[in-house]
Formats: sequence, C-alpha cells, structure tokens
Amino acid sequence: MGRMAEVVGRARAAFSSGRSRPLEFRLQQLRNLQRMVQEKEREILAAIGADLHKCGHNAYSHEIMGVLGELALTMEKLPSWAAPRPVKKNLLTLRDEAYINPEPLGVVLVIGAWNYPFVLVMQPLIGAIAAGNAVVVKPSEISEHTSQLIANILPQYLDQELYPVVTGGVPETTELLTQRFDHILYTGNSAVGKIVMAAAAKHLTPVTLELGGKSPCYIDTDCDLAVACRRITWGKYMNCGQTCIAPDYILCHPSIQSQVVENIKATLREFYGEDVKKCPDYERIINKRHFKRIMSLLEGQKIAHGGETDEATCFIAPTILTDVSAESKVMEEEIFGPVLPIVSVKNVDEAIEFINRREKPLALYVFSNDKKLIKRVISETSSGGVTGNDVIMHFFLATLPFGGVGNSGMGAYHGKHSFDTFSHHRSCLIKDLKMEGTNMVRYPPSSQKKLDWAKFFILKRLNKGRVGLIMLALLGVVAAVVIKMAFY
Amino acid sequence: MHQPLQLPVQQPPGCGMSNLLSSSASAACAILKGSVVCSTVRGNPYAGLVSHLRAAWLSGKTRPLEYRVAQLEALGRFLEEKKQDILEATALDMGKPSFEAYFTEILLCKNELNDTLNNLSHWMKDEHVDKNLVTQLDSAFIRKDPYGVVLIIAPWNYPIHLFLVPLIGAIAAGNCVVIKPSEISKNTEKLVAEMLTCYLDSDCFAVVTAGVEETTRLLENKFDYIFFTGSPSVGRIIMTAAAKHLTPVTLELGGKNPCYVSDTCDVQNVARRVAWGRFFNAGQTCIAPDYVLCSVEMQEKLMPALREAITEYFGSNPRESPDFARIVGDKQFKRVRALLSSGRVAIGGQTDEKERYIAPTVLADVQPSDPAMQEEIFGPILPIVVVANMDEAIDFINARPRPLAIYAFSCDSKVVNQVLERTSSGGFCGNDTLMHVTLTSLPFGGIGNSGLGKYHGKFTFDTFSHHRGCLHRNMGLEAINSPRYPPYTQQKLGLMTAAFEIKRKGMCTLL
Repeated sequence: MGRMAEVVGRARAAFSSGRSRPLEFRLQQLRNLQRMVQEKEREILAAIGADLHKCGHNAYSHEIMGVLGELALTMEKLPSWAAPRPVKKNLLTLRDEAYINPEPLGVVLVIGAWNYPFVLVMQPLIGAIAAGNAVVVKPSEISEHTSQLIANILPQYLDQELYPVVTGGVPETTELLTQRFDHILYTGNSAVGKIVMAAAAKHLTPVTLELGGKSPCYIDTDCDLAVACRRITWGKYMNCGQTCIAPDYILCHPSIQSQVVENIKATLREFYGEDVKKCPDYERIINKRHFKRIMSLLEGQKIAHGGETDEATCFIAPTILTDVSAESKVMEEEIFGPVLPIVSVKNVDEAIEFINRREKPLALYVFSNDKKLIKRVISETSSGGVTGNDVIMHFFLATLPFGGVGNSGMGAYHGKHSFDTFSHHRSCLIKDLKMEGTNMVRYPPSSQKKLDWAKFFILKRLNKGRVGLIMLALLGVVAAVVIKMAFY
Repeated sequence: MHQPLQLPVQQPPGCGMSNLLSSSASAACAILKGSVVCSTVRGNPYAGLVSHLRAAWLSGKTRPLEYRVAQLEALGRFLEEKKQDILEATALDMGKPSFEAYFTEILLCKNELNDTLNNLSHWMKDEHVDKNLVTQLDSAFIRKDPYGVVLIIAPWNYPIHLFLVPLIGAIAAGNCVVIKPSEISKNTEKLVAEMLTCYLDSDCFAVVTAGVEETTRLLENKFDYIFFTGSPSVGRIIMTAAAKHLTPVTLELGGKNPCYVSDTCDVQNVARRVAWGRFFNAGQTCIAPDYVLCSVEMQEKLMPALREAITEYFGSNPRESPDFARIVGDKQFKRVRALLSSGRVAIGGQTDEKERYIAPTVLADVQPSDPAMQEEIFGPILPIVVVANMDEAIDFINARPRPLAIYAFSCDSKVVNQVLERTSSGGFCGNDTLMHVTLTSLPFGGIGNSGLGKYHGKFTFDTFSHHRGCLHRNMGLEAINSPRYPPYTQQKLGLMTAAFEIKRKGMCTLL
C-alpha cells in the first residue's frame, strides 16, 4: 500500500473510531492549536520570513493574527454552531421533531498555497476540526520552510492520526488525490483547481476551490484620490503583490491617471522609504520561476514607476505601468506580483463592460464618493467578494463568506462558513409511531376525498398570515381526529 | 447505452420562438429572433443555444424581482393548466397512479412554488452580517448573485417534480436555465419540450431533448451551475465534465436506503408506512426504503402485517389496482426482475413482462451476498435482512456507502436516536418513510455516494445563488487605517492586534 493510502487509511480509521466527534475533543484540539501558535510564534515567523522575505510584523499581522482570531471565534461559537437547528414545520409535521443536524463529513483534505503558507492551511484546518472531521493537511512545497515547520509542529500539538501532515510536490499530491476524501479544500490556481475537481469527481467528493483571477480596481473621478491610492498601494504591494485578492489592475479615466501614479509613488515612499530594496518591510518574489514570469509581463510596457529588479534575490521593485493595452500579456493572466497596470476607461459603464467581458474575479474593488455608483458596480458585475472604497478588507470579516465564483472558485469559508463547509447538514424528521390517523390520506386506495385532505394538509397557500396559520393548525388537529374516526 | 440520435422537436406555431437545436452532428442552427445563428462546430451543436441564453443573461433581464415572479407565476399556470396532460403522460410512461402523480408532480411542486413566491423578496435581500471593531462604521452584507446560465438534468421517476423544483430555485435566483428532461420518460419529455416553453420566456429558458450522446455534447459547453439528479455513476461523469469549466454542481444521487425496525414497535403501523414508502411509484423512488433490517422474530411479525397493508392498498390482485405503478422500461424491468432470486419470496413475486408489472414483493431471509443487496433496487421489492440487534444493524449500515436516507422504527425514542447518531446519511426519518422531503424547510441532499449539495425551499434558491461577501467602507476616517500601513512598528502591531483580534469571552487581556 502506498504511503498516501496508509496515511489516509489511518485517518479514516481514527475518524471511524468516533473520537473526533465529541465537542470537548474538538475544543481541546483547537485549544492545542492555539497553544501551538502562541508557543511556536517565533519559529512560525522565521519560517514565513525565510520563504517570503517577510518581516516579523508583517508575518504576524498577515498570518498569525488572523489564525488566533479565527481560533477564538470558533471556540466561542462552536457549541451553538454544532447544535441541531430546528426548522419550521408544516401542518402535517406539527407534532414531530424536525431539525437539521450538522455532522462531520469524515476525512477532509486541505491543500495550502505558498503565498500565505501558514494561514491558508490553518484557517481551513480550524473549520474542519471544529466540524468534527479528520483532516489531512498538505502545505505547499514551494513555501518549503513553512511546510517543513508545519509538518514538525502540528503533530506535537494535535492528534497525530486524525490530523496528519503530508509534505511533497506534484507527484505526492497527485497520489494523495487518488485517495477518497469526504471534502477537499484547495487554495491555488485555476489550472490545478480543475485537476483537483476532476480527481474529486471520481469519488464524488465535494470541493471548495479558492482560486484566483485578475481582481479589478475601478477608481472613479469623484473620489479622494490620496486616500484611495494609499489603500490600493497597501493592498497591491503587500507580500510583494502575491495576494490572491490583491487589486490586480486599475481602471480609471485617463485624466486622473497621472494623479493616481503620483499618489501611489508618494505612498510608496511613505511606506518603504527611498530605497525599497533596503526596506525590511518589503517582501520578495517566492522563487526564480515566478520572478521570470512576472518579468516577462513587463516587456513592451510603459513603466511609470519602478521596474528595478534583482534576480539573485528575486527582488522586483513596486512598479506601475500606464496606458496599458487590454490585449497585452500583463492583462491576460493574474499578475501575482508588484506590478500595477493602469488601463484607461472613459466612464463607469466602460469599466463594468470591461470587467464583465472577462472571467469572474475573486475580488472586485471600486473607489468613489458616490454611493450609488458603488452599488451599481456591485449590482452589474459578479465576483467572489467586494470591498468598496478599500481593498482586501472583506477578507478580515469572518461573518462574510470568503470564496470565488466561476474561474475564481467555488464554495466559501471563514468563521461559521468554514464550519458549514466542512459539515453535512442532515435533515432529520422524527415522527410518532402512533397518530396513524393523519397518514391514512396518503395510503391507497386513492379517492377524491383523500386527495382533498392531502391538499389541505400539504399545500402551502400563497401569503398565509400568522392568524391563518394558527387557525389552520387547529383545523388540522380536528381534521386528524375526524379522519382517524372516518378511516378506522 | 447508445441511444439513437433524436430528431429536433419543433415548436408548434404561436408558441414564440423556437428554442431547440437539432442534435445532428453537422451544422446545427438556432433560430434567434429572426436571424439564424449556425454553429458549424461539428461536435458542439448546442453552442448557439448556450450563447443565446448567455446573451440574454448578460442583458440583465432575469434579475429584477418582477421578472422572476412573473416567470414563477407562469410555472404555476403550467402546473394548473397542464395538470391533466401531466397525469396522462406519467401514466403512459410508468403507469403512475393519478393520485401519486397529483401528489408529487403537482401538489408538492405547487408547495415549493408558493413557498418561493411568498419569500422571494426576502431571500433576495442583502443579508447584513455582524461586524468587527475595524468595520463597525462600514456596511457589510452578503449579496445573492445569480450564477448565469445553469443546466438542470432530470431523471425519469418523478419527471416533472425533479426538474421543476430545481427550476423554481434557479429562476428565483435570477438565472437563465437549460432544462434537460429524461429521455426515458418519453411522454413527459415530449410534454415538457412542447408545452413548458410556451409559458416561460424563451430568451432565457430552454428545453433540450437529448439522449446519452447529445447530453455528452451538451456538457461540453460551459455552464455556470449544473444540477443533476440520477445515478452515482452518471454523477461522476457530470462532475468530471463540470471540472473542465470549474462549474459548481449539485448531485442528487442514490443508494440503498436501509430501514431498521426494532423489536419494540407497533407492527401494523410500521408495516403500513414501510409498504407505502416502498411501493410508491412501484419502488422507483430515490428515497424509498430499499431494504429492512430486523430481528428474525420481527420478520415473523412483519410479514402478515405487510401482507395486510399491501392488500389494503392494492387489493388481492395489485395488477388490477389503479393505484400501483409499472416499471418505466424494458431494460429496467429485466434488471429489477433479476433481483427476485434473493432470499425467498414471501409476498408477491409475480411479474408480467408485457405490462412491465412486478407485484409488490417482500423477500425474506435475504443474505448480504444476494443480488437484491448488490445494487439500489429501484423497484417494488422489499428484502428483509435479519440482524441480531440494533448494534448489528448499525454496523451493517456503516459498512456500506452512505445512503440518501436512513429510516428507523421504534417505540423507544432512544433506539431511533441511536441509529441517527451512529450512522451517516443524506437525511433521516424516524418512524416513517419519505416524509422528511415534503417539509420545504429541511434540506434535501445526499452525502458521499448519494450526492453532494442540497435543495428544497430556500435551499434551492441558495444553491443557485453565489453568496458574495461585500464590504462597503467609508472613504474618510483614514486615521483608523494607519496602523496597518508600513513602516511597521511594535506600537502599530499592538493597535492592530487590539482592533482585529477577537478575544475569547471570559479571558482577560493585558494590554
């Protein structure tokens, strides 16, 4: 038996034992995770720093803070999330118990990405544990320090059979994907997303795919450009542009293009000082392959700012491109780097049309003082999520589902949405073995009378008022007695 | 199975525009508002149709509440005005008794329709969510966006219900829809293809009649959602095709739904409820109790009770009862008949190939290795498998793929709860069969081999909507944002931690 089959088999046996189900066990594991994050903070920050040239503060606020927040929220809410959810009953089921029981799915696979290598594994893991599953964790091999660290520390704090960590590259992941899972959450690109879904299809495994795309950022002429550009600069160049919800490109009227450039330049100086390369707060591209990929996007482009690179350290300066043509290479693929193209549009109609002609993005941004314009852009486009007058921030509100649509993905998580994603919502109807009277209307032989009674009991009327419902309920009870007497 | 190519179904005049494609492999044409659009791509005869619907989708016409309500009300009129045709078509297709047809194809559909019409404006509203400290002054909500052009593939056993109920949700959510009814229930397929489109906006809703080969072609197109009801093996094919376009799916599949009967129960009532659930639609129900698990003593007691219930329902010769259906096709008839060589026939067992009649049958002492226990029966045969006790029944259930439904009968509620807690299934009904799916507030769907996703009531609307997280921030108050900007300092980090981190209740924090 292959190594993957063994690991997954052990996790399945551990799940079948039932020990991941009691609430107390789940809370204990989450508390252990919390301890791990607190006790191993320095190691985690160091690993992320080694992978992405990310300073401690950045790593803490991007990756650790979110995880601690999610843990705290989940531990607090878990009892209420996991409780059976009673549902509204109809006339026929008034005396019955009807509820939705959230149950674990079984063995879940979480495949992480390299750009936020810790949080993108941890956040799904938290939800999957909370929902009572066994979880196989597969961090990205590209962020090798973090991947190795996770493989080392997770088993020190969590149940080793229920939550194994699997490391490796493409061959190992391919082998892993041949196993049967009960849910797969994958974060990465659309091309691999298709492969994951196709592999899942063989086992009818539901998937959550957190993919990407080109997240557009429309800047209206009626807006505080200084503020807008500061926020955009923050979101675009954090993690050296390697953020799935970074504003990928700007759409704006040509008359404000130069102002936008000046504002971003000023903000960049404010953030990173005169010499970006020396600034400890600025990250690097993850590896040479991506470095070269991003470089090729600059070919033939008008560089309004930046453009300096250093292959040895995978450094690319914060770069702005102006007068970018919609057909150019930099507008074809997700940039995932510190290069910000500005594309001219005459007005918001053109911007909306531009956006809708392309694949649905993971995030969409619009800056304007005009609330109606923002509402219009939201209503006339489609995207995974939206932040108006800022970037990235919808990610940090756990009550909002975080996920894509179309090419940018399917499914969502964060907060309770994670719990729900990793649960099976089982409908339960518990009836009485007595009270056979009301059942008589449904049994053959059929008759018009039975049909009329069936209509009475089942059919929802249009626009029922509350008083009407009570009246119907009373009538229902009377009817049940009458029928029992009639048919017995 | 290789189906012959279907001839294009022509719309009767006066029905608005033709909206169906020829499924021949050569140049396929769609007639669109006077202009003819031909797709000369050999392998993709549906490209024209899909792009036509996509253009309608992009025009935005399906989005206003009024439009959706109008289309839903038209569906209501379809159900009302074509009631008799539906009853006749399903009677021709599988001898479906008119009571059953009325109940499942008309009544339950109307229920869903009314539930949706009553609540649609509420469901469509932005759902405002709790905010954290940082977003207190912002507007944070979940927007329900339609997906776009969705595909609904329906099976033959409840041929109206199983496309109409998903369709209600798809329309309610603002999508354009391609409906592919089952080619096996031929009469209903013809009815739907000819009559449904007269009621709906043919710019946005189309019916495609297609066999296996054409459906494969259809699936090559990009849809924004695919809703499939059918068998697990075809479910895999659908999901694999969907993966090519990253299309999300709901798969309503099947399995063997176990029915545990404990020793402490009202035998007569159990027999009635189980017999009703099993023999409804001649057993061709995805949530029918597939087999019974009980002790050998209970099997003894159940048998006469089942016999009595069957006689009560269908008379001494069920073949003459107007309330008992037939098997839908010859292939299916032969398959189900072969399952009779399992255990011993205790009740029924008679068959008639010409009529595709299989009598309501109960098989006793069935072994796990018998043919009836190898596949979903989907016919009027109820095997009884003897187990020693509840624990053995639970182990038996858990050793098998997770089914769409599990049933447990007992006067002791603890027994019912035990079976519920120690097993996993799409849905569960204690002390009855089938009924959990008539409550629109309960989600209907499978798990594992029995499916993924769920629908009914609001769940259908949610299935066909993209739940988009939206945060609408203030352009002012920029000072609040400053802790997040570089250059990073310890002080800024402290402020961020305080603002973002959710402290656990009861834990004190030292700042």
